Amino acid sequence: MFETPQFSAALPEIFLLGLTCTVLFVDIFMTARTRIITYSLTQLSLIVLFVITLMTFAWDPILTFSGNYIADSFSSLTKLVMIMLTFFVFVYSRSYIKCRNITGGEYYILGLFSLLGMMVMVSSHSFISLYLGTELLSLPLYAMVALRRESALSSEASLKYFVTGAIASGMLLYGLSLLYGATGSLELTAVSEHLVATDKVAIFGMVFVVTGLLFKLGAVPFHMWVPDVYHGAPSTVTAFITGAPKIAALAIMYRLLVQGMPSLMDSWQQLLIVVAILSMFFGNLLAIAQANVKRMFAYSSIAHMGYMLLGVIAATPEGYAAALLYGIVYAVMAVGGFAVISMLSKVGFEAEYLDDFRGLNARHPWLAFILLLCLFSMAGVPPVFGFFAKLGVIEALISVHYVWLAAVALIFAIIGAYYYLRLVKIMYFEEPSKMSKIRPAKDALIAVSINGLALLVFGIFPSQWITLTRTIFGA
Amino acid sequence: MDLVQSVFYICSAMVIVFAFMVIISANPVRGALFLVATFLASSVIWILLEAEFLGLILVLVYVGAVMTLFLFVVMMLNIDVVPLKETLVKYVPVALLVIVAILAMLISVVGPSHFGSMPQPAMHAADYSNTKALGMLLYTQFAYPFEVAGVILLVAIIASITLAFRGRVNRKSQRPSDQVNVNPKDRVRVIKMPSEKKI
Repeated sequence: MFETPQFSAALPEIFLLGLTCTVLFVDIFMTARTRIITYSLTQLSLIVLFVITLMTFAWDPILTFSGNYIADSFSSLTKLVMIMLTFFVFVYSRSYIKCRNITGGEYYILGLFSLLGMMVMVSSHSFISLYLGTELLSLPLYAMVALRRESALSSEASLKYFVTGAIASGMLLYGLSLLYGATGSLELTAVSEHLVATDKVAIFGMVFVVTGLLFKLGAVPFHMWVPDVYHGAPSTVTAFITGAPKIAALAIMYRLLVQGMPSLMDSWQQLLIVVAILSMFFGNLLAIAQANVKRMFAYSSIAHMGYMLLGVIAATPEGYAAALLYGIVYAVMAVGGFAVISMLSKVGFEAEYLDDFRGLNARHPWLAFILLLCLFSMAGVPPVFGFFAKLGVIEALISVHYVWLAAVALIFAIIGAYYYLRLVKIMYFEEPSKMSKIRPAKDALIAVSINGLALLVFGIFPSQWITLTRTIFGA
Repeated sequence: MDLVQSVFYICSAMVIVFAFMVIISANPVRGALFLVATFLASSVIWILLEAEFLGLILVLVYVGAVMTLFLFVVMMLNIDVVPLKETLVKYVPVALLVIVAILAMLISVVGPSHFGSMPQPAMHAADYSNTKALGMLLYTQFAYPFEVAGVILLVAIIASITLAFRGRVNRKSQRPSDQVNVNPKDRVRVIKMPSEKKI
């Protein structure tokens, strides 16, 4: 009955857990001056983890740990991307948290645990490991948002995040328990075999599950926490929240809806269409009204989640590939955008209002250029990567004859372009209101340059990524 | 209706009533006590389902440890009751609307008729060890989730220490070595003073 699990399949997770505990132990003996050792050890372990994940890239799916764990090319690719994003966010964080009185050690350790949660999520193949992964992802994030302890804004953001996250978990669990009642199994393959399209209990459970997931994803109408949390969290934590966790949320949405409930496709498709349209509509329109750039990016993230869902709605392998590519591209450009925001900030000053970006080109042309690339990518302007992400999603929609939905998406994309281009105009064509020097840390500057230029380079040569994501879904 | 069924219905009714009281009681201490009662009644239901070990754990851990701590915390925090009540009243109409809608949906969709015919779980002999079966599952089939749950608890410890620990500022601790090495001359100063003249 019981088989010894294939531990080698879960090598990345096991390795990450071991290293995180090592970092945790080493950090106990560190003082404020030797904290750099914690940081170096964290980054070193992320690099080694990346290599291990690359070496154990599972082209053939391996289902082990009694069906709780799956390693396939989808999980391997998303893990690689998430490790990379975490590495970059930590580079941005080093100088940012040093001058903000945030204790360094816990920051990295909580981040590593959150990464472990994401990896558990994308590799989960049963309700229970999926739920536990979600919790392991969220719990460190709540604490990370509140790390700037003297700030009332951060505490408020953390509490809001925690409460909405708890409600979302409750919804998810209730839905999962109903699905368990309807199918009698926790394992996704068995669930998909038992589900029938006419099962009302299963549909009801599915609605709760989707609600919980949309809370985590931050899509309308479950988006209320997004602007407050993005605004209140320290900028590098916002970069962390907006990057890898979105990919993980997309991954479990794919696992649950596509692998777990293919027979309920008609139901969840309709549900997601409504959510996607509302997200694109409210996200883009409310972003225009924001004077705070962090809040603007928060609303833009809501809109981007709508676009990402369009790929899932198409419900074809091409559609899933497009959604995955959109998730990855969004994470890269959003992390880059928040990184620039964090680098413009100084001790006691957060660059977050539109006014702080006035004439950025005259103050620091290179940072302005990197932000320009991120903004063009978000708006979907052709030479940059974001264009191909949007193109892929819309192409997938048209190929399954959802032309009206594609048209709606395009209209909202044009509305969205307004506020991205407005920020570009403020940066390039207006006189700076203050001329104080911007002195970003060297390592962060190099990292953000790689981050921004990747958007440009992959925008010019996107075929590799498109082929890779399509091979994963067998399109 | 046999004895088991009647116990089940009584306890279910108690769970619902007490859970409701947790939400509506204005005094947080009373709310915590009602939560204790909810746990007790639900542990009876678990034992009826032959999950004796889980039922007892619920009493021991939640009622015995968690809720006692919780009560201490609630008593120590001087929570102002009135503003809580005001916001609660403000949202009652909306909340009622949502509750009625969800309840109607629940009754129409998740009624017993929709669950089809679930096979009756096998009856076990009196010497069947619930705990052993649970342990077997936990350390074989569910070993992976079990480990992940352990990591979550570790994260909870780290997160709460991170947020609550404010460093060793102004801590009035003593250094034993300094105390041993103290020199009487540093502590006591003998001053020669002219004695006062008696008048």
